[in-house]
Amino acid sequence: MNKILFSSISKKFVMALAGLFLVLFLPVHLTINFMLLKSDPGPFNNAARFMATFPVIRIFEIVLISALLIHITWGITLQIGNWLARPVGYAGGSKSETAFFSKFMIWTGASVLIFLVLHFINFYFIRLGLVKGNPEDFYSVAHQLFKIPSYAIIYLACFALLGLHLYHALSSAFQTLGLNHRIWTPVVKVFAWIYAVAIPLGFAIILITIWKFR
Amino acid sequence: MAALDSKIPEGPLAQKWTKYKASVKQVNPANKKKLDIIVVGTGLSGAGAASALGELGYNVKNFCYQDSPRRAHSVAAQGGINAAKNYQNDGDSVYRLFYDMIKGGDYRAREANVYRAAEVSNQVIDHFTALGVPFARDYGGTLDTRSFGGVQVSRTFYARGQTGQQCLLGCYSSLNRQIKKGNVVMYPRREMLDLVVIDGKARGIITRNLITGEIERHSAHAVVLATGGYGTIYYLSTLAVNSNASAAWKAHKKGAFFANPSFIQIHPTCVPQLNHFQSKLTLMSESLRNDGRIWVPKEKNDKRPANSIPEEDRDYYLERRYPAFGNLVPRDVASRAAKERCDAGYGVGKTGLAVYLDFRDAIRKQGKKAIENKYGNLFEMYKTITGSDPYEEPMMIYPAGHYTMGGLWVDYELMTTIPGLYAIGEANFSDHGANRLGASSLMQAAGDGYFVLPNTICNYLADEIRLPKISTDLPEFADAEKSAVERLKSLLSINGKQTASSFHKRLGKIMWDYCGMTRNEEGLKKALVLLEELRKEFWSDLKVPGKINGVNQELEKAGRVADYLELASLLVTDALDRRESCGAHFREEFQTPDGEALRNDSGYAYVAAWEYAGEGKSHILHKEHLKFEEVELKVRSYK
Amino acid sequence: MDLRLKIWRQKDASSQGSFETYPMEDVSPEMSFLEMLDALNKKLVEQGKEPVAFDHDCREGICGSCGMYINGHPHGPVPAVTTCLLSMRYFRDGETIWIEPWRARAFPVIRDLIVDRSAFDKIQTAGGFISVNTGGAPEANSIPVPKKDSDNAFDASICIGCGACVAACKNSSAMLFVSAKISQFALLPQGRIEAKERVRAMVEKMDELGFGSCSNTGACEAECPKQIRLTNIARLNREYYKAF
Repeated sequence: MNKILFSSISKKFVMALAGLFLVLFLPVHLTINFMLLKSDPGPFNNAARFMATFPVIRIFEIVLISALLIHITWGITLQIGNWLARPVGYAGGSKSETAFFSKFMIWTGASVLIFLVLHFINFYFIRLGLVKGNPEDFYSVAHQLFKIPSYAIIYLACFALLGLHLYHALSSAFQTLGLNHRIWTPVVKVFAWIYAVAIPLGFAIILITIWKFR
Repeated sequence: MAALDSKIPEGPLAQKWTKYKASVKQVNPANKKKLDIIVVGTGLSGAGAASALGELGYNVKNFCYQDSPRRAHSVAAQGGINAAKNYQNDGDSVYRLFYDMIKGGDYRAREANVYRAAEVSNQVIDHFTALGVPFARDYGGTLDTRSFGGVQVSRTFYARGQTGQQCLLGCYSSLNRQIKKGNVVMYPRREMLDLVVIDGKARGIITRNLITGEIERHSAHAVVLATGGYGTIYYLSTLAVNSNASAAWKAHKKGAFFANPSFIQIHPTCVPQLNHFQSKLTLMSESLRNDGRIWVPKEKNDKRPANSIPEEDRDYYLERRYPAFGNLVPRDVASRAAKERCDAGYGVGKTGLAVYLDFRDAIRKQGKKAIENKYGNLFEMYKTITGSDPYEEPMMIYPAGHYTMGGLWVDYELMTTIPGLYAIGEANFSDHGANRLGASSLMQAAGDGYFVLPNTICNYLADEIRLPKISTDLPEFADAEKSAVERLKSLLSINGKQTASSFHKRLGKIMWDYCGMTRNEEGLKKALVLLEELRKEFWSDLKVPGKINGVNQELEKAGRVADYLELASLLVTDALDRRESCGAHFREEFQTPDGEALRNDSGYAYVAAWEYAGEGKSHILHKEHLKFEEVELKVRSYK
Repeated sequence: MDLRLKIWRQKDASSQGSFETYPMEDVSPEMSFLEMLDALNKKLVEQGKEPVAFDHDCREGICGSCGMYINGHPHGPVPAVTTCLLSMRYFRDGETIWIEPWRARAFPVIRDLIVDRSAFDKIQTAGGFISVNTGGAPEANSIPVPKKDSDNAFDASICIGCGACVAACKNSSAMLFVSAKISQFALLPQGRIEAKERVRAMVEKMDELGFGSCSNTGACEAECPKQIRLTNIARLNREYYKAF
């Protein structure tokens, strides 16, 4: 049984499921973030408090973090295996027609991970009490942070990389789960494209609005 | 050597095989485990035999020169595999299949063997289907068939244009199952260099590991050769370029008679030669003749593009000459007719050595989709090779060397004249007479391997059960290894200027020109002289770089060409001896006034089995006179 | 036309290899790629040098023996052909052609352009069969198979085992190869009986032999000379989950 649980396909399966779970979380996050654009910090802070205290969401949070950790662990493990699988590369390079972004998943993934660490230091760790700050007023934390140009630029760059990661991730996850269909697969690909553009763009619009116009 | 005993069982034709199986000696399961069998070759017959013998519990060692058993040249058969299932309700039966084969082979095959091949054909289809071979099916889910050259029923099962591949992969899968069980040990990338005979019985082989160059000894209680045909003797042929006759030839030199070597089928529908470095002529399945119409212009040297030649200027010469069978005449007839038209100056293409195979009418009638379903991959392949699209303009085709009906002489049990040495599939001579009908090679090879040999080899092995594992330290093994190494060394030490391939090409040209589609006494005698000269030149001016150790593909080629140079002379000798025309063997001196083959049944209704008499001596001819009890010998007419 | 060939030369598995440059003159556009190499080898042998070793056999694109990595593509830049059927008319006069062996840990180089693909055989031996003994098969038409399933099984079954998918994949993954066999049998009633054992055994062997995993990059599909589709990999995944 162990062999089945830890086979390359099973690892991919778990990665895909975990990844899709993470994908589900992003629109929730984005919706709440739109409240940052209100001049009243109340709604955003209330939402943040709700997310931090409502029991169902707390369970969701644990699952989410576990999913993230599994996704990262298996992602790195598989990638190392993949590098080892080709000790000598091609002098003539590779010119095969491919899903372009699939080749950089480890790098876009790593960028997103670094971003997450930064993002956690900026926000999540405040709530956990690891970093100084007022967990009751993330509205102000965000507004202050986004006005620092270096942070804003790093955040924006990471949004773009997240988009690249998401694009391949979404279309690929369905294939990994065994869901490939004559009609639905092209639909999923279009959806993945829209999603991968819309979500990072949403976050970016909020950030730029705060940075430049507030 | 005593007279040839073909060991045909007594009794009526239809009951011979059943009776044989019922009375044959058996080896009990406990004893099977103690018996080793070597199978050389992993095509339909080799892999089939290895897996069937493995299933029975024998210890099987299976060898092939390719890197994997899945690459044996059975993989390239395209059109289909025959069986007497009568799924079409068109009056087919085992007897009809048998009769078609005997007639198609121009009455030069052994009745009992052919009947048995037809009999087991149905089991072959059942077995392949169970193994997951995806044969074409009808909408109701049952198996589909198509018709093939030389017959008037539809009995050919097929998997698009890749029937051979699918059947071979079926055999490969059953072989893998036995490898996993440990009943078969696979030795890929091995070339058989010699047969080891101890006390008159085949007891092992000497091989060269084609990666390390190591010379290895393998012993067994019986040896099975499933090494295919020798069509590459023409250099350009439809065979894999590494296909060779060396294993069979080595066995021949150790005492196995070689039967009907000159019976070589020239396949009518191949892509013509395009350049001087061409290494191979690709087959376009005969099934194309179901829907394609063959023609040449009515005017000599008509250089107009095919599509601009109007209907009234086209000569559909097969339909004209053979109204009953039309484009579906047997291969030998179709090939010779193409050669006749081209020699007369009506050929098309740059070289004038090609005829058209036209699908225009079929596409008009059935639609492009229907044609694509039947022949899509063949059309693609043709386009890839030539750059021309058969949906738009007719294919150009020309005959090429294809299948060797001749091979090692075997009796009813498929045993050669060396006890314990068996030959199956194309490597033996037995079932196709002077000409093979389409889609019967897969049928015979799989039948031999899966269903015939496993039921006959026990008759020999039953007497071998007391013999313990044979040591490879015996002097016979040492001697065989020594002579094999010496031969390799002598090839390496010539140090001349010409490559093995350049000799092979020249050999091919001699054979094609003088012992190809048509033969005559003068040409054949000339060929013998030319071959002798070429052999001398080979042994004084061959260049093989490198060493015995490690990969040395030039050394492999040189060994094969050296053997071909010897076999070629026997082939020509056989063609000279047979002063008649039959099947693929067409002697210009013996033809009817309208140019058809003229058989001589009173003089030549025999199998010519040649015995090797030693270095520099002439081969000795043994005749197995064919007795026809069931069929009446008729003039083969397809008009 | 005249060409410049950059060919990987390596004496044996344990030696270091390197690229050698060979000028090739008067190449006819009607030659196949392997015939062009035959011509080079003829020249080399006549000069007393060792020829370039490469696997090849049927030369009609069906045996799967040949395979080299040509200018960044397995089997060269033309889709859906094997190296033996790759025509020289697709190359330009004066072009430099890089010729390399398949690169994968599971396919070690044996010499020059020859690699050891026995890993593929091992995967097939692990489970690529239907367990039926000779003589024990039911009448062929007693197992009806819907034409569509049979056709789809055929489309998967035409894999020639050349290894181009592994060579093309950035991860040297054998998923397309494995999925072809799994699909063929999964689609046929005969194959369903052992479907679970088969997929487990073949995937386990694939992992064990050092092939990478699938990133759904699609290079395998783009380079497969027999155009085996990615849908087969999805089916392999499904079959695998069913086997839990």
